[in-house]
Amino acid sequence: MLEQIDFTQVNWARAQFALTAMYHWIFVPLTLGLSFLLAFFESLYVKTGNEEWKRITRFWMSLFAINFAIGIATGIIMEFEFGTNWSNYSWMVGDIFGAPLAIEGIFAFFIEATFFAVMFFGWDRVSKKTHLFATWMVAIGSNLSALWILVANGWMQLPVGMTFNPDLARFEMTDFAAVLFSPVAISKFTHTSASGFMLASIFVVAVSSWFLLKQRHLQLARRSILVATVFGLIAGLFVAFSGDEAAFSNARYQPMKLAAMEALYDGDVPSGLVPMGILDPDKQPGDDQDPFLVKVEVPGVLSLLANRIWGSFVPGINDLVYGNPQMNIVGAGEKIERGRRAIDALGRYKEAKKGHDEVAIAEALAQFRADQDYLGYGYLQRPEDIVPPVALTFYSFRIMVILGSLLLVVMALFLYFAWQDRISEQRWLLRIGVVSLLGAYLTSEMGWVVAEVGRQPWAIQGLLPVTVANSNLTTGTVQTTFFLFLLIFTTLLIAEIRIMLKQIQRGPEDY
Amino acid sequence: MFGQLALNQLQQLWWLIASVVGALFLMLTFVQGGQTLLFSVPQTPQEKMLVINSLGRKWELTFTTLVLFGGALFAAFPLFYATSFGGAYWVWILILFTFIGQAVSYEYRRKPGNLLGARAYETFLFINGSVGLLLIGAAVGTFFTGSNFSLSGYNLVTWQHPLRGLEAAFNPFNVALGLFLVFHARVLGALYLLNNIDHDALNRRCRQSSLINLLLALPFLLFVLFRLVTMDGYAVAPQTGVVTLEAGKYLGNLLAMPLVFGLLLVGLLLVVWAVIAARFRDSRRGIWAGGLGTVLVALALFSLAGYNNTAFYPSKFDLQSSLTIYNASSSHYTLTVMSYVALAVPFVLAYIAYFWRLMDARPLTIEQLDEQSHDLY
Ligand code: HDD
Ligand code: HEM
Ligand code: HEM
Repeated sequence: MLEQIDFTQVNWARAQFALTAMYHWIFVPLTLGLSFLLAFFESLYVKTGNEEWKRITRFWMSLFAINFAIGIATGIIMEFEFGTNWSNYSWMVGDIFGAPLAIEGIFAFFIEATFFAVMFFGWDRVSKKTHLFATWMVAIGSNLSALWILVANGWMQLPVGMTFNPDLARFEMTDFAAVLFSPVAISKFTHTSASGFMLASIFVVAVSSWFLLKQRHLQLARRSILVATVFGLIAGLFVAFSGDEAAFSNARYQPMKLAAMEALYDGDVPSGLVPMGILDPDKQPGDDQDPFLVKVEVPGVLSLLANRIWGSFVPGINDLVYGNPQMNIVGAGEKIERGRRAIDALGRYKEAKKGHDEVAIAEALAQFRADQDYLGYGYLQRPEDIVPPVALTFYSFRIMVILGSLLLVVMALFLYFAWQDRISEQRWLLRIGVVSLLGAYLTSEMGWVVAEVGRQPWAIQGLLPVTVANSNLTTGTVQTTFFLFLLIFTTLLIAEIRIMLKQIQRGPEDY
Repeated sequence: MFGQLALNQLQQLWWLIASVVGALFLMLTFVQGGQTLLFSVPQTPQEKMLVINSLGRKWELTFTTLVLFGGALFAAFPLFYATSFGGAYWVWILILFTFIGQAVSYEYRRKPGNLLGARAYETFLFINGSVGLLLIGAAVGTFFTGSNFSLSGYNLVTWQHPLRGLEAAFNPFNVALGLFLVFHARVLGALYLLNNIDHDALNRRCRQSSLINLLLALPFLLFVLFRLVTMDGYAVAPQTGVVTLEAGKYLGNLLAMPLVFGLLLVGLLLVVWAVIAARFRDSRRGIWAGGLGTVLVALALFSLAGYNNTAFYPSKFDLQSSLTIYNASSSHYTLTVMSYVALAVPFVLAYIAYFWRLMDARPLTIEQLDEQSHDLY
């Protein structure tokens, strides 16, 4: 089944997916959050009848539309890339994974498509109330699409509700509710959409800060800041809370990811948390070097965060790779052995089926069922293969958490001064406000790097390594499309940013 | 309810659902057709604005239907999704590129600072409507003419042609089907613009254009139909699943399924009627007959490809690797779940129709363009 793996091809395919997903994710979070902000602004307009709120709504709506278009352009690539670049994956788990994608189409994308046009072009074609309804529907539709795609992604991180069908050599769904309400799916959805709200609020704050610095559109800027910071702060607190929840669920379902996030090599009782440190790039699993060149450590806190129990054991990379009998942890070596047995049994099962040898069929199937949970491990070469890129995961995680916390502080300051109506005088804060937009984008992207790089080498946690998941393409083909995507998306991103800036410069004047 | 259906009934039901979504997509390609009319039908900048803004209110619907078509195939026929997208890589990638271009063009075309200039974005729209549809047609053509792939014992695909799907665009049947789709979309585009815009000169040119493009589409249609009833087809033995080449298979399917034959005939007549009504009888509502006709024709084509023991995604490299709606589908459980989900489709169609009626209550006019200049594409 694995005869044709070409590792460089796999890595280009990974790079291509990372590239396209990260581009998509530049536009998506703004859509998720700004759509709700538009709904708030417009609700204020409908409630108060004050034309200024309408102007505010329409100004932000024009920026929303620019962002939305390119979100769609990058999104269609994501949808079909599962087929084009991960076709083995699509076949082997399509029975489960295809469902949320199709449901996303039916329940979310049509809502967005229909109501976006009403919202954008319907100002004088439908009644005020209908228009407001459309704006709310765009917000709800966008976030429903986040829900379904994150159910799909959550399932990759914690595959539940399915069984392996040896006749077809694929996984099949047995429990849709388990897929939908998987704890990882829920924590992903809540954390991710809330992070989108936060990013969008910072976007509004940043643009408004720039207006205030330039002494333009003062009323629009101050009002926008007030609404956005309230929304952003609530969302931000929730992001922190749900992020902690995500780490807690990692400890249970993806302990290797957690160990990589913390660069924890040897599990300990209790485990300390390293808020910041510099990793030794030469460190390898199994050697006895100190993983850190420099570090600050808070004793015991990691146990608390990971298990909610003071003084509990948190497994490290070495424990998971080499096993830790004391703590009842089976090493990857043994799992690989069992995985190979499962693959072997599957082969014999197929042969026996062809020969209609009932005894052999039953024997092979029993052997396969005994080891099937380790099927994916059978495709790995060495126990160390289960370790994701540690440094990337570790630093990305820190950037997300540290920047995310700083952003919360910035938002709180904005809210304070906006409440006091002294925001226009705080030029230092306004400058920070403008810059923090970059920080928000970086934070948000880093979150995905943690989530996705941290689960390597698995496409489906524990079941399907990326090397088996990819399509049978040549390296040259994937390289070519990688660079084509890079060129096209970068060109469009530059165009988008320039259009945005021009639009912001024009301001809300002609609305 | 659905849980009681046998697996093969669910598979047939899902082929029908996927066909309906595919057929709706083809109906909605009036957007693509309209995009290719951009350089010929409107003659002043104002007329061009009318055309773009009229299409610009609908393009997402077409686009989303395409996405749903992909998603529905993924959920219901994952082996097709994996085999075709992962195998015929370049066709799909090129189709996707044309849709990236479409998605940004309406919004960016007229905006200051758009980097490439209005002309470039208009060209993207044109390419999407021409090359994009041509390739989609070629890809659908392979449902009948077959592709070059083989599946391993584990159902993993290997493509056996270096052009990775683009070879489909060199088969006369596929090309003819593609070109037919392009001209047919232009017919629909002209009918749609006629209905949606109130502007005398533009309307007159739309009426003419619908007839001209119908005449241009006709030879390709005739060729497709002629080949369809004469070509060999990929038949599946219902008991063993063995695939063989059968002379006149699709003609046989037509005769075995009179309903499908009826759909095809009525559909084609409706399209022709729509154009005649628009060109000679002063009607503005041709798009309705034309759209319905398109849906019927497309349903007939998909039925010919999938039903009556036919392999819908045949492999000419290795007949036994061919995909049928029975060997490519999801499990009974998943198809059942998805069937319940599909109950929402009529509801979705209803709210789309309701809001579009609201939005299209008045046709677009030049005066309105002047009133709402900052919301324009
Ligand atoms: C957390 C939210 C989120 C995430 C993680 C993703 N998306 Fe997305 N996507 C959206 C949230 C979203 C959105 C905000 O809802 C968009 C932006 C514009 C739009 O119409 O919907 C969107 C657009 C969008 C479109 C165009 C929809 C249309 O036709 O209007 C597609 C096909 C996808 N996405 C598919 C994907 C896939 C396959 C992803 C997985 C890798 C993915 N998205 C990640
Ligand atoms: C939009 C936000 C997302 C971003 C920024 C993102 C980022 C990434 C990155 C950086 C990688 C490369 C990891 C590596 O190979 O080292 C990756 C891989 C991948 N991601 Fe995501 N991801 C996102 C969402 C998703 C979602 C929602 C899904 C599934 C529904 C998904 C499925 C995959 C798959 C299939 C791969 C390739 C296989 C693999 O490397 O595991 N991603 N993504
Ligand atoms: C302040 C404390 C934060 C904590 C403790 C935290 C925690 C986490 C954790 C543990 C993950 C990995 C989840 C997984 O692997 O499945 C994650 C992912 C992510 N984070 Fe955060 N995060 C925080 C702040 C932020 C902020 C401020 C943003 C954006 C503005 C953000 C955006 C993301 C995104 C987009 C992901 C990927 C999606 C996901 O896996 O849920 N995070 N976060």
